[in-house]
Amino acid sequence: MKLSLGPLQYYWPRQQTLDFYASVADMPVDIVYIGETVCSRRHELRLDDYLDVAAKLAEAGKEVALSTLTLIESESDLKALRRIVDNGKFAVEANEMGAVRLLAEKKIPFVAGPTLNVFNSHTLSLLAGMGAQRWVMPPEASRDLLAGIEKSKPAGMATEVFAHGRVPLAYSARCFTARRYSLQKDNCEFKCIDFPDGMMVRTREHEDFLSLNGIQTMSAKVYNLLADLPELAAAGVDILRISPEPNGTGDTLNAFRDRLAGGKATLAGDFCNGFWHGRPGLELIGKAA
Amino acid sequence: MNAPSPIELVCPAGGLPALKAAVDNGANCVYAGFKDDTNARNFTGLNFDDAGLKEGIRYAHDRGVKVLIALNTYPQSENWSRWTAAVDRAADYGVDAIILADIGLMDYAHRTHPQLRLHLSVQGSATNYEAINFYRERFGIQRAVLPRVLSMAQVEQVVKNTPVEIEVFGFGGLCVMVEGRCALSAYATGTSPNCNGACSPGKAVRWEQTPQGMETRLNGILIDRFADGERTGYPTICKGRFEVDEETYYAIEEPASLNTLELLPDLLRIGIRAIKIEGRQRSPAYVAQVTKIWRDAIDNCLRDAGHFAAKAAWMAELNKVSEGQSYTLGAYNRPWK
Repeated sequence: MKLSLGPLQYYWPRQQTLDFYASVADMPVDIVYIGETVCSRRHELRLDDYLDVAAKLAEAGKEVALSTLTLIESESDLKALRRIVDNGKFAVEANEMGAVRLLAEKKIPFVAGPTLNVFNSHTLSLLAGMGAQRWVMPPEASRDLLAGIEKSKPAGMATEVFAHGRVPLAYSARCFTARRYSLQKDNCEFKCIDFPDGMMVRTREHEDFLSLNGIQTMSAKVYNLLADLPELAAAGVDILRISPEPNGTGDTLNAFRDRLAGGKATLAGDFCNGFWHGRPGLELIGKAA
Repeated sequence: MNAPSPIELVCPAGGLPALKAAVDNGANCVYAGFKDDTNARNFTGLNFDDAGLKEGIRYAHDRGVKVLIALNTYPQSENWSRWTAAVDRAADYGVDAIILADIGLMDYAHRTHPQLRLHLSVQGSATNYEAINFYRERFGIQRAVLPRVLSMAQVEQVVKNTPVEIEVFGFGGLCVMVEGRCALSAYATGTSPNCNGACSPGKAVRWEQTPQGMETRLNGILIDRFADGERTGYPTICKGRFEVDEETYYAIEEPASLNTLELLPDLLRIGIRAIKIEGRQRSPAYVAQVTKIWRDAIDNCLRDAGHFAAKAAWMAELNKVSEGQSYTLGAYNRPWK
């Protein structure tokens, strides 16, 4: 199995983001997705910056894909999308059907991202016919759902599974980080840049529950399928996606790489893996790692 | 048949009494589902068996009202044939359109029943015209229901750039998350709107009177706690009160209903083809009340959009049946975002 680094979900300052990707060049990862998938207002890096980052990562031997915005609302969002589709150099991960339309029209092969809602092989076959060469399973989907798809998966289609990181659970038009400060989204002061792994939401019994990342709501717990690797391999998974976190992304990749090579590396944290087991996502089934 | 309306009022039918209430009070279309997870209101006691649907269709068609069937969840490979059978049943019964989200199912319906009208469900998460035109080119959809996330200017931009009829939500419960892109319920309970057709299922809900007040839990997770005398609400995650830092508040959204009645002239002007009332899980009395007011308002607006104003009496009646007894313009009003 290969390892991928998913698109950065958070909004980090420019230099921190550039430093992070400079370090990724030395991490044991095969595929790197870059680009803004959460909020069109975020602009610490522009497309040209991402293309520079992509070129450097490619030089370091990584396969690079540009990920598109999940929620496209305005004409300027569409303009940005068209520029990504037309970049002419790097593969594209399509995260909504507008991107699929543009990519299919131009006959550009693409990755069917996790928010395209592929839950059956009929849908996956249609996307294959439009140019999808790889699909990312929606994080809420289980091993049983994957087994159903693998039985009649289109030829040549690679399967990628979200394997580590806070789980992106929901997207909204509303910015919950701005809301915390009684700010409107159009005048948000980019408050999310102060929360490198989101803003913790606790229940009134003080239990960590969710993490607010701008318009996106994530799990408070970190999803971790390290202990489930044998099952993932048996299920036919080709690529494991690690989602960038402000600390420990390299350690996570090292641990997965070690386990894939037969080692016994472990990770520590407040983990969950319920979705893979067909359970509520926040549950932890079996040993953490 | 009635003359075609320039803007259709699309009303919820969780069962036969609600369907009749919608038809009797001026709906142009009713939407309904079968009694299983093929639709996004898969709740006990709701929806139609075959006999009920036949009767409902007859009742509606006799009075010139269309029937739309929601098959708007995502089938999985293992249960695929249940969804295709539901498409076949809807076609056989002569419904006026089916409302779909999954492209695999759309492809099946388009090929198997080429005469059957297809609507793109809000669960398809299409928020821009490139996405909507994709569904039209590939599967021949004739109408799209927009997620409740766009401002009026953004809705207008969509309408201008697609031949697909656009339907928007006018009134009812408000999903603050993009429909089809929310796994909060799946995360907490294992029941997912996308795959199981339900959010915050009743079986996971617990109401408990405690010394601190009435507590509502979802699979054991405390979603809210209400002081004595405070109006309680169903424990939907996005409408709960949580702690962020030291503050306890509705971290995602207050429990308010969407009500766009005052925007009717704008919706008409920009070319919206249909307005949807949410609430298949609500009572026939709710459906009757809301349908009647919206019919009256739409007729008023069609007669003279220039002088249209939302009557105080309409708003007061609608507020009575609103969640939280208050309302919002949602994303149509840009500052809400």
